[in-house]
Amino acid sequence: MSEYIIEMINITKEFPGIKANDDITLQLKHGEVHALLGENGAGKSTLMSILFGLYQPDTGVIKKEGVEVKISSPNDANALNIGMVHQHFMLVERFSVLDNIILGVEPNKMGVLRTQEAREKVIALSEKYGLKVDPDALVSEITVGMQQRVELLKMLYRDNDVLIFDEPTAVLTPQEIEELLEIMRNFTKEGKSILFITHKLNEIMAVADRCTVLRKGKYVGTVDIKETTKEKLSMMMVGRKISLKVDKEEIETGKEILAVEKLVVASRTGKKNAVKGISFKVRAGEIVCIAGIDGNGQTELVSAITGLMKVNAGTIKLLGEDITRMNIRNRSKTGLSHIPEDRHKHGLVLDFTLEQNLVLQRYWQPAFQNAGFIKADAVREYALKLIEQYDVRSGQGPITIARNMSGGNQQKAIVAREIDKNPDLLVAVQPTRGLDVGAIEYIHKQLVAQRNAGKGVLLVSLELDEVINVSDRILVIFEGELVGEFDPKEVSIQELGLYMAGGKRQDDLTKEGA
Amino acid sequence: MHKVRGFIAKRGTISLIGSLVSIIVGLLLGLLLLLYFNPTYALGGFVKILTTGFGSPEKFAKVLYQAAPLILTGLSVGLAFKTGLFNIGATGQYTVGAFVALVLGIQFQMPWYIGLIGAAAGGAVWGFFPGICKALFNVNEVITSIMFNWIGLFMTNLCFANMPKMLANYWGATNADRTANLTRANRSAVIPKMGLDGLFNSNYMNISIFIAVLMAVAVYIVMQKTTFGYELKACGYNRDASTYAGINAKKNIVLSMVIAGALAGLAGGIYYLSGTAQYTIVKSLLAMGFNGIPVALLATSNPVGIIFSGMFVSYIQVGGDSLQPEFAKEIIDIIIAAIIYLSAFALLIRGLISKWISKKEREEGEQ
Repeated sequence: MSEYIIEMINITKEFPGIKANDDITLQLKHGEVHALLGENGAGKSTLMSILFGLYQPDTGVIKKEGVEVKISSPNDANALNIGMVHQHFMLVERFSVLDNIILGVEPNKMGVLRTQEAREKVIALSEKYGLKVDPDALVSEITVGMQQRVELLKMLYRDNDVLIFDEPTAVLTPQEIEELLEIMRNFTKEGKSILFITHKLNEIMAVADRCTVLRKGKYVGTVDIKETTKEKLSMMMVGRKISLKVDKEEIETGKEILAVEKLVVASRTGKKNAVKGISFKVRAGEIVCIAGIDGNGQTELVSAITGLMKVNAGTIKLLGEDITRMNIRNRSKTGLSHIPEDRHKHGLVLDFTLEQNLVLQRYWQPAFQNAGFIKADAVREYALKLIEQYDVRSGQGPITIARNMSGGNQQKAIVAREIDKNPDLLVAVQPTRGLDVGAIEYIHKQLVAQRNAGKGVLLVSLELDEVINVSDRILVIFEGELVGEFDPKEVSIQELGLYMAGGKRQDDLTKEGA
Repeated sequence: MHKVRGFIAKRGTISLIGSLVSIIVGLLLGLLLLLYFNPTYALGGFVKILTTGFGSPEKFAKVLYQAAPLILTGLSVGLAFKTGLFNIGATGQYTVGAFVALVLGIQFQMPWYIGLIGAAAGGAVWGFFPGICKALFNVNEVITSIMFNWIGLFMTNLCFANMPKMLANYWGATNADRTANLTRANRSAVIPKMGLDGLFNSNYMNISIFIAVLMAVAVYIVMQKTTFGYELKACGYNRDASTYAGINAKKNIVLSMVIAGALAGLAGGIYYLSGTAQYTIVKSLLAMGFNGIPVALLATSNPVGIIFSGMFVSYIQVGGDSLQPEFAKEIIDIIIAAIIYLSAFALLIRGLISKWISKKEREEGEQ
């Protein structure tokens, strides 16, 4: 038996304008968690897509158990017992959990579906690995964390022994992340080997045995986790020293920028209220963070402030002006910028070019149009300025189609666009989700710079590290109500977690208004 | 070789080559069908399809004459595509456009330009309904516009049947199942020929092809150069992001359907105010509107491309018509349809070309 279950040797893969993988070698031992670390656009996803048969390498070989194999489709990968949990889940929303698990390998007798056996196998697997799911629930009705368990069960059901996790924790709450890491440890105890794509150093330190680092499509090195530190890993990944702390000086807060008064917003399904009478203020020169577990009304709160959703009751004032029923364009003119939660759904028109996306909030301004005709030169010049200033990297510069850019650079483009509007209030929703440390550091710096310039920043985040590091004031949201207000210097992550889970609340808060 | 590939690698060029390759494949399929139906005349017939359009000035005039409305309905469908809508209602808008143009020309004895403006307005109204249903109630525009196709057709038929002055027999002809011959009913309603008829030695020739080309250029400019076009495309690609950016997506959906309707309506006006066409009261939807779909697909909705794809489809139709009597009319229609629809695989071919180029480049890189 070979020492390695999977070897990818000297893999090169080129896309128009970019060498995504340049001579990369990755060796996965039996029963280890092997982390694959790199910035956005470093080539991690490409490499894993090659292993999973979605792309063909231009050069290089893949070996399983020391034998060279050719993987030209996900079906080939499946036949070799290689399974993958994608960053964006591959589930049929309107199917039940069980239907999703057996999809593609449906047990049948002469074409008639036989689910009983499958059901037993799924239940046995979920008990063995502590993956509790209801096999009959519809995927559309279970939480994101549950959906991920379904993805895991899919791989287990197919008896996969090489498991690829593509940034699995990006969508999870802190508690769910803990559970997932535990599950991964269980998997390796059962002899499965895991490739773990991430750029969260904490998780690598917690769960991985070894780590391979990529940078700009090139192989940097493979290290033993026991013999390294977070600082060394981030140095390898970015190629320079990264400060994991946010530098922030004390400044005086100024006038009131945003005032939310007894706000009530219906949930997206419209059945009940998602925001139940929230009041708070954001002043000039402060970063106020709304912390909470996903699905406690943050999305609706932000949608109401930015104008994407209607308000049922209460008022929103921006710079003293009532914007409760104002349309989105006028809110933007009044001084609001919004870095949206979902960059693909709201943040970008993916089939537009980068420059078209960079003027999405201001193409109508006199600087960019004359009598309805877009000034192409002005747009190009402006795009080049932002690209340079905010270091947005892409294959073909301003004319790159946004879809072809890496996630981190897409996010940088949005941040550039929203901050360059010079807003009085910047609403940033999970601005660093799925980004690498280099980009996170950069975006945090930008948020702090806004604050230092005397602007107000409203940050919504699920990452407690970010909440504690960046904000000046923390408001905890639970089931549509604010249940606590904290100074980040005086509160621990554990304490916050208690409030976020609804275990504790400061009672005077909703009455007085924060 | 590198230079050649650099040229090919440009996006526009790939689109063009994609369209050309699919046309050739479509033509080859046409040849196979000809061979199957009537081997003796197949080769001769194939040559006829390819050459008739350029064979004489008269035939070429016919090509231009049919191309004008095809370009306009193609623009109608293409513009809606760009906004993320499928305007399958072009034929209904075309019919209503024809109706308004003819009523203005015959019943009210108005000149041709009033007729054309009315045609565009009529088509616009017919595009407005599916647009507003989509914007306000999120009713799929395909369903609404299909219903409006039939409503438009039967409304037109019903009105004509009850407007004696509109029919041919009122103006001295014998048939009551079609509208009046425009040259008899109102000469000023006939689109001017400006001497082109003499030049081409054909009654079919008038300035409508220039109107169509002008509209194509106008649509191109609006889509590429204006904030309005930018908004339309943004809504088409991503409605959520447009809303987020403060664009009124609902307004743009309605406007897009209104403009698409106006273009299709104008096509109806242009065709029936030529003086050489009479509207026949039958219970089937007019093909001209549906043919806008392959015209738009073949040009991947590019307005300038639509000028050429419209000409191509018209050219094939004129060529096909010359196959009679060796081939039955229905067989000719099948062959033309096969050519046109295979030609619309342009997108597929485009993808294949891109793939081929990157593969070649890789191989060269290895050497």
